Formats: sequence, structure tokens, C-alpha cells
Amino acid sequence: METNGYLDMDLLRFTTAGSVDDGKSTLIGRLMYDTKSIFEDQLQAIERSSERRGDENINLALLTDGLKAEREQGITIDVAYRYFATPKRKFIIADTPGHIQYTRNMVTGASTANLAIILIDARNGMIEQTCRHSFIASLLGIKHIVVCINKMDLVNFSEEAFEKIKASYIDFSKTLNVPDIHFIPISALKGDNVVDVSKHMNWYTGSTLLQTLENVQIISDFNFVDARFPVQRVIRPQSDQYPDFRGFAGRVEGGIFRPGDEVTVLPSGISTKITAIYQEKKELQEAFSPMSVCITLENNIDISRGDMLVKRDNQPKVDQEVELMICWLNDKKMTPKGKYLLKHTSNEAKCVVKEVAYKVDINTLNKIEGDFEVNKNDIVKMTLKSAKPLFFDSYKKNRTTGCLILIDEFSNETVAAGMIL
Amino acid sequence: MSHKLSHLEQLESEAIFIFREAVEQFENPVILFSGGKDSITLVHLAYKAFFPAKIPFPLLHIDTGHNFPETLEFRDELAKRYNVKLDIGYVQDSINRGTAVEEKGLNPSRNTLQSITLLEKLEEGKYDAAFGGGRRDEEKARAKERFFSHRDEFGQWDPKNQRPELWNLFNGKKAQGESFRVFPISNWTEMDVWQYIKKENIALPSIYFAHDRNIVNRGGVLLAESPYNTLLPGEKYEQMHIRYRTLGCMTITGAIYSDADNLDKVIEEVAAARETERGNRADDKRSEAAMEDRKKQGYF
Repeated sequence: METNGYLDMDLLRFTTAGSVDDGKSTLIGRLMYDTKSIFEDQLQAIERSSERRGDENINLALLTDGLKAEREQGITIDVAYRYFATPKRKFIIADTPGHIQYTRNMVTGASTANLAIILIDARNGMIEQTCRHSFIASLLGIKHIVVCINKMDLVNFSEEAFEKIKASYIDFSKTLNVPDIHFIPISALKGDNVVDVSKHMNWYTGSTLLQTLENVQIISDFNFVDARFPVQRVIRPQSDQYPDFRGFAGRVEGGIFRPGDEVTVLPSGISTKITAIYQEKKELQEAFSPMSVCITLENNIDISRGDMLVKRDNQPKVDQEVELMICWLNDKKMTPKGKYLLKHTSNEAKCVVKEVAYKVDINTLNKIEGDFEVNKNDIVKMTLKSAKPLFFDSYKKNRTTGCLILIDEFSNETVAAGMIL
Repeated sequence: MSHKLSHLEQLESEAIFIFREAVEQFENPVILFSGGKDSITLVHLAYKAFFPAKIPFPLLHIDTGHNFPETLEFRDELAKRYNVKLDIGYVQDSINRGTAVEEKGLNPSRNTLQSITLLEKLEEGKYDAAFGGGRRDEEKARAKERFFSHRDEFGQWDPKNQRPELWNLFNGKKAQGESFRVFPISNWTEMDVWQYIKKENIALPSIYFAHDRNIVNRGGVLLAESPYNTLLPGEKYEQMHIRYRTLGCMTITGAIYSDADNLDKVIEEVAAARETERGNRADDKRSEAAMEDRKKQGYF
């Protein structure tokens, strides 16, 4: 890897989805192998394991199976994070398993991703799971999908097979809310069009997968318009050196803040001016998403964790009732009209399930009405009522101020992921 | 002005966010300080997260008694510089109490005993969250670790039953007696840490840089001369030009041959390295699932 320019690299987070045996782990292994992100001792370790298992070639999939149970059963049971870098970008991969019972892991992996890779086996074309994975990516607000049509070597690198699958995906994707979709014919096992250009598919003139990952424009995915600053912590040194310092620490979750800007504090509605924005000792001229900073204000107003700084002419919704899509994550089904704890930005509140509107059939995207039992992996539209007002945007507008989780107060487990409508 | 953050700026922002979040959610957090570059980076990030206030929690170092003297010297100096309280747990104390038993054999490692002392100290200090410098790229069991990692009342990790962690919403709720491990630099790679150390000009112990030392080559692992290492028949120490990629006990941490005597050269070397940094750790080589097993029992 080249070290020059490393300090200015960009960061892309992506998730990979596919069904069992479509070569997802092999693809990730291939990406890491061909970008020289695998070390010799790791390679030797998987060579030894492959041999023991009686695999014919080095099984690149073994690189990504971390837990004992997974190696024994040859499946991936939890989200695993992988890292590799090229001189252009650092990549964080959320590697999520594809079996039906693990929808919750895909939701988890997709929640922080900018891009999703969807794998399709060229021999089988689109299957139910392709639709489900694509729908989850779209639901979680991912704006870029790369459809990798894999195992092209097993269909004689046929352009016709590729075009046929591409056409049916394009047709299906009209129902999704994903603005940027790419199609690449690959063979993860042989390495065609993953990092290196395929020698077997001259008819394909587009980018390889790695080139696509390096060049997708993600800067426009950040929201620089709607200024949102949830207060995480009040910083009061009360030291001799800083006797009166009172700063508000948090991360900018939208828009741009500058010293001198007039801001409104929610929920009080009081307005004041920003005097300074700090990153440690450094005073910044502006702060934008996703910077963690400390802001000082002109007036001494009572502000605590959970409050939000916004601009007066551009405020989020303030309401105790929230309509949202949720994915249920827990083995224990949702209690009808149940009470839960919700976490939203730096805020926490008790809430009650007011109404379940409908379930979504994630294979067909059709609504299922009249079935109000919410089980693990179900995706449901519902209304929550919170014990105190929340300041929120729609998830579509802002992925951070538009998301929340529900916690079971008895087990303390995270039971649901919510995307505000 | 460009509204784009580099990957290092994004990783820094994420780590600071995690520190602030944990301090708000837990009553009595502590930084697990190993003395290595990752935990030194962690202290630097904590300092930035709360500036101009002091770091609002102490450092906890588990001293196996087999540390490099340079590590201990650096640790004491760092605690002074950041004006932060240093709490030390001694593995020897656990051995004296009889809660830990020294390994048999010629060159016993106290590496596995660390977990015992650590859990005892966490309980004694009533620490309900411990920040660690663990990174997901280090080892395959760590790749599935959460930022907020729940531990039961015995300090154990249950990898198959972890809480899903979505967006930037971290659930630190727990029952009495349970605790959390928090990993602010989960998403960093070894290269990211080195580049950040350069960018922020963070001071490191001298043994990360190439120097001369008496070394014995034991089965490919280059071990330093120390009072805790008895030579086997036929072995002898030789002076070699080496440096360390990770820091641990002198009994298990292998050096690498190196001429990298400054940060730029170290970074070049890391970029060209063909072995993982834990590749020289005798403790990880014990079995394929060595790390996973130790983590389940409460290891960092």
C-alpha cells in the first residue's frame, strides 16, 4: 500500500448482502486478497484450515468467519467488520449474514453504510432474498447499490445472462428509493472484475467493483442544509484556568454552524448566538457533519444533554407522537400497547406503542393488514407516543435525527430499530 | 471551504463521540491502559473529548510484573502529563491472595492471569465501564465486537448474544453487577493509529523504535533478555537491531528485526508489513480460537 496521501483519504462504509452460498465471503476475501490487505500469517492460517477441511483451493471465505461456531458450521452468524484501504479510500465493510432469520443483522450492518453490495448468483438470477436485501438497503436509506452478478464463470461469461438479470433488477428497483444503482458482472472465485479487469468479458466496458467503490460520490449524501446539534454533554472544567467555561459537547448531525450564528435551543425555544466552536484548543470557523466539537454560547442558558441547537428558520418537528417504520430485533415479540424506553439522538424517553398500522412482506413489499403480532425480523409501520417531546426529522431527510432504537426495560436489550416517516 | 472530512478526522470524531456518550451513560468508567500505542492514542482522544475539562475518569493498568521497564516509566510520565489518576492492579497480588496461580514450567506467562486481576480490580474500584484500545482489525474474534460490549456479572462476553448496535445509538443499560467494555477505536486499523500518532504528534515509548537489545530466537519469536526469561538448553542471547510492533509482557511479546528508528520509517514498515501485528504474539498462537476463549473469560 502506498503511504503518500494517506492522510487525505476518504472513508466509505459499505455492507454486503447475499444469500447462503452466493459467494459473499469469497467476494470479501477476494477484495482483501487482491488489494493486499491480507497478511501472510492470516493466509497461512486459512491455508491450514482449508487443508484440514479438505477444501480444494484456499477457502477465502474462512477469512471472514470469526467465531468458533461459524467455522464449525460454515456460516456467518453475526455482523463482522472488515477493513481495507487503497490510496484513495479507506473502506469499512459490515459483513452481514444472509439467512432469513438474520434480517436484524442486515438492518444493523446497513444502518451505518453509505453503500450496499447485493450479490446475485448468475445461474439463479433474482431470488426472493435479492428483493429482501435490496428493500432493507432502501429502507435504511442507503443511496448507492452495487449489484454484483457473481459466478459469471459458471454461465460462460455470457453477456446475455448478465443483461437479463440486470433488466429484471432495474424493473424491480423502480419500487425502491435508491437513486444510484450499478451493475457489474464478476467472478469472486476467479477474481474477474473485482479488483482486476476480467479477461473473459470484453463486452463489459464498465468499472470493476473496486474502481466503483473508490469513485462513488458520497459527499452529497451528507446533509449540509438542516443544522442540527444534539447536546451530548455539558463541559464545565471549573478549574483555575477556566473558571467560567461552559461548553456544549456534541456532534454536528446536519447543516453548518459558524461562530456568530444565531441558534435556537430546543425544547426551551430560547435564541442565542454561538461565540466559539472548539476542537480541543483549536477555534473553528465552521463545523459540519460528522464533526465532534464543543460550542460556547453568548448567553448563560440552562442547557443539558438531550437538548438540541438548531437554526430558528429551519427547525425539526417537535412532537410526542412519532410515525415510523420499525424492524423488530428481539426473540421476544413486541408487547401490544407495550411500554419501552426509546433512544433518539442524545435523548432518552419512555414511550408506548400506540398503534400498529401494518406489516410489510419483505419479499414482495406488499402490506399485510390485520396482522398485529410483531415478531423478530418483522418490519412494521407504527405510531409511538413518547413521554416527552422529541425533536426529529424524517429518516429520509436526516439519517441521524430520523432514527431511534427501542429498549426493553426489563431485559435492557435493544429490541427495535426505528426509522421516522 | 471543502466540507469533507478525511478518514482520520472521521475516525477521531467517532472516537470522541463514543467517549462522551459512555461518560454520560456510565457512573464510573475507567480507561484500561496497557502502555501500548493503542491505549496511548485512547488517552489522547479522551483528552480531546473533554478539553478544557480534565479527563473525567482514571487509568487502570494491570501490571503483570513482567513489563518492559520502558513501558512503566512511560506510563507514570503520561499520567502526570495528562493530570489523570492512575490505578494499578498487580497480578502478583492476585497470586499472593491465591486467586491466580502461576503457570508451571520454565517460562511461565502471566498473560492469562491478567484477566483475573483485571476483574478483581474492576470490582474493587466499582468500575461499571472500561474503555479499551481493542480494534476490530486485530483479530477475527474482535471483528464482531461492539463499541459498547456488554459483560455479565462474571465479566464474561457472550459473542452469540450481543446487542445489535445501530447507527450511533449506544445502549449502555445494564443490571446491577453487570458492566461494559467500550472500544472507541473499534474502526481503526493499525495503519490508522500510526498515521494519527503522526498527525497529532503523540509521544510513544522508545521501544516502538529500532534499537539494540539482547534477544533470543525461540521458535521464530524474538524474545528480549529479562529476569523472567530463562534460557533453554542450547539457547543464547545475541544483540540484535529490533523494535516492537505491539507491547505486552516481556515473556511473550516478540520483537521484529527493524531499522525503523523514527515515525516515518515505522509507518513505511507497517505499510510494507506482510504479517499482522499480533503475528508475533505467542499468546494468540496457542489455538485458532485463543483470543475468542480469552475474551469470553473477560480478557480485554
